[in-house]
Amino acid sequence: MPLLEVRGLEVKFPIRQYELTALRDVSFSLDKGQRLGIVGESGAGKSVAAFAILNLIGRPGYISKGEIIFEGANLAKMSPQQLRTIRGNRINMIFQDPMMTLNPVLTIGTQMIECLQTHQNLSKGKAREVAIEKLRQVQIPSPHERIDQYPHELSGGMRQRVVIAIALLTDPSVIIADEPTTALDVTIQAEIMELLVELCETSDVALMLITHDLGVVSQVTQRTIVMYAGRVVEEGPTRQIIENARHPYTHGLIDALPERTNPGMRLNQIPGVMPSLNAIPKGCSFHPRCEHQTELCRTELPGYVGQEGIRIACHWVASQEQQQ
Amino acid sequence: MIAFLVRRLGQALVVMFIISLISFSIQDNLGDPLRELVGQSVSEAERQELRDEMGLNDPFMVQYWRFLKKAVHGDLGNSYFFKRPALEVIMEKFPATMELVFGATLIILLFSVPVGVYCAINPRSWLTKLMMGLSIVGISIPVFLTAIMLIYLFAIGLGWLPSYGRGETTMVGFWETGLLTRDGLVHLILPSVALSSIMLPLFIRLVRSEMMEVLEQEYIRFAWAKGLSRTRIWFLHALKNTLLPVITVGGVQIGTMIAYTILTETVFQWPGMGFLFLEAVNRVDTPLIIAYLIVVGLIFVITNTIVDLIYGLVNPTVRLAGGQA
Repeated sequence: MPLLEVRGLEVKFPIRQYELTALRDVSFSLDKGQRLGIVGESGAGKSVAAFAILNLIGRPGYISKGEIIFEGANLAKMSPQQLRTIRGNRINMIFQDPMMTLNPVLTIGTQMIECLQTHQNLSKGKAREVAIEKLRQVQIPSPHERIDQYPHELSGGMRQRVVIAIALLTDPSVIIADEPTTALDVTIQAEIMELLVELCETSDVALMLITHDLGVVSQVTQRTIVMYAGRVVEEGPTRQIIENARHPYTHGLIDALPERTNPGMRLNQIPGVMPSLNAIPKGCSFHPRCEHQTELCRTELPGYVGQEGIRIACHWVASQEQQQ
Repeated sequence: MIAFLVRRLGQALVVMFIISLISFSIQDNLGDPLRELVGQSVSEAERQELRDEMGLNDPFMVQYWRFLKKAVHGDLGNSYFFKRPALEVIMEKFPATMELVFGATLIILLFSVPVGVYCAINPRSWLTKLMMGLSIVGISIPVFLTAIMLIYLFAIGLGWLPSYGRGETTMVGFWETGLLTRDGLVHLILPSVALSSIMLPLFIRLVRSEMMEVLEQEYIRFAWAKGLSRTRIWFLHALKNTLLPVITVGGVQIGTMIAYTILTETVFQWPGMGFLFLEAVNRVDTPLIIAYLIVVGLIFVITNTIVDLIYGLVNPTVRLAGGQA
């Protein structure tokens, strides 16, 4: 049985008289200690999916359908009080921009100790010790002094280390990292990612990594989900997806990687842009940008095809499979 | 900290100098002090002689220099009407005004933060809509009208509260206070409410909008993701960040409230500096007018300094000793 299983998740945003559907029929699962990548362009619904797991979607968004099963309980149906025992305790998050994630007027120590005191019955002194130990684990020099400092006294990389330390404080079983290195300086991105993966591995924490960087996904994760316009379009083992992508959209993403182009040449790109939520095309939502589109793509939403562990939502792939 | 205070003191001196210059230069336009000083029977020749004697015919710079030399020693001249040092007259009325401002500030602090926070975290509730509506009404009605309505309702209609004066007062050293007797406190209620009637709605709206902005911040979302309790998120994580801008704007506004005391004191016959100032203007009592403006200017500078100090305590990114923040 998987540790975390999302089934048929649908998220809607009522805006005036319309209801925009940000996520449609999203399903995936995460095993203990597994690392899962969620990729897609901006607006594909990656972050919404991540925040929906802990029911943290910003108002007025809400979960309209689906189940989120974690350790046998459905998070989508939980009361706020019950959910609080999961948030920041069993499932923890790492946000994108460490400059914005930490409260500017509270010390690092306050922001760490409050997690421990909320979820575990620890004395302040004991909690402080645990916090210092975690700061040491994320390789922050002289944690005894750093713990009493305010966020503005730390660099961006240091702050993201603090955020990682906070995510690891309560020994969670899942960490959801929403583009954890995007806002950082390129020179330290790899360093932070390596640290995160290493710590997840040693503590056997499952990692859900949301990113638009296929390079990172290929190095870090075991399974990958590709999202487009709020829907999962391809899912499979990471190696399979990188080396043998089937969905035209995934193809396009991989072709757009800079290393796929010779130096001095124009980068490959997928023509067009991701549709906005209020103008999602009928049929397959990717069809206006797809070179393989047919009449069927324009009218009918593709179902999933593929063998064990692999799912692809594409009419073109489906017709190829039939021919074989 | 000491460097900050020294710098502030320097600024204060410049501000005081400018205030004295402005108030001194308008004195010629206020009217003829002689008309009030002497009776109708005094002839024009005698008036001219008196003007010479008082130095009123000297060139402006000579008069100003003479004033400045004395002012440095704490002598702002004698009041024409009271025939006593102007500063002394003002300082006698100083406690009454300060207690009125204190009463209004207390009302503002006690109500604006809880109401503002409530309105920010329950933006859709009917109570919030009511409060926001009322606050617009409160801001739009002038202070003197609120004061008259309060008197009409609570003093004349219901007869619960006295409508004028300070009531029974006691002396604590040089400070004449109405805070120690029941009668004095009862007299303070209506004027304080009237004085706070403009600032309170303003503060409620300020706290609300700042808090709503803070609640949208990423670190608040992170606090939710950490599974913290609502009370901790609202009253520690959000409120502390909300108070920073409120303190800055609020400090200036509390200074401005001294200006409103002129109206409130007049309506309630409150024996404070504002009431005295209006009388002084009627009597063309120039030294008293100048003394009032200088004292009020000084209060402004002091409250702003205190506000900056408090801001430095709340906001860790400001280091007072380090110069540039």
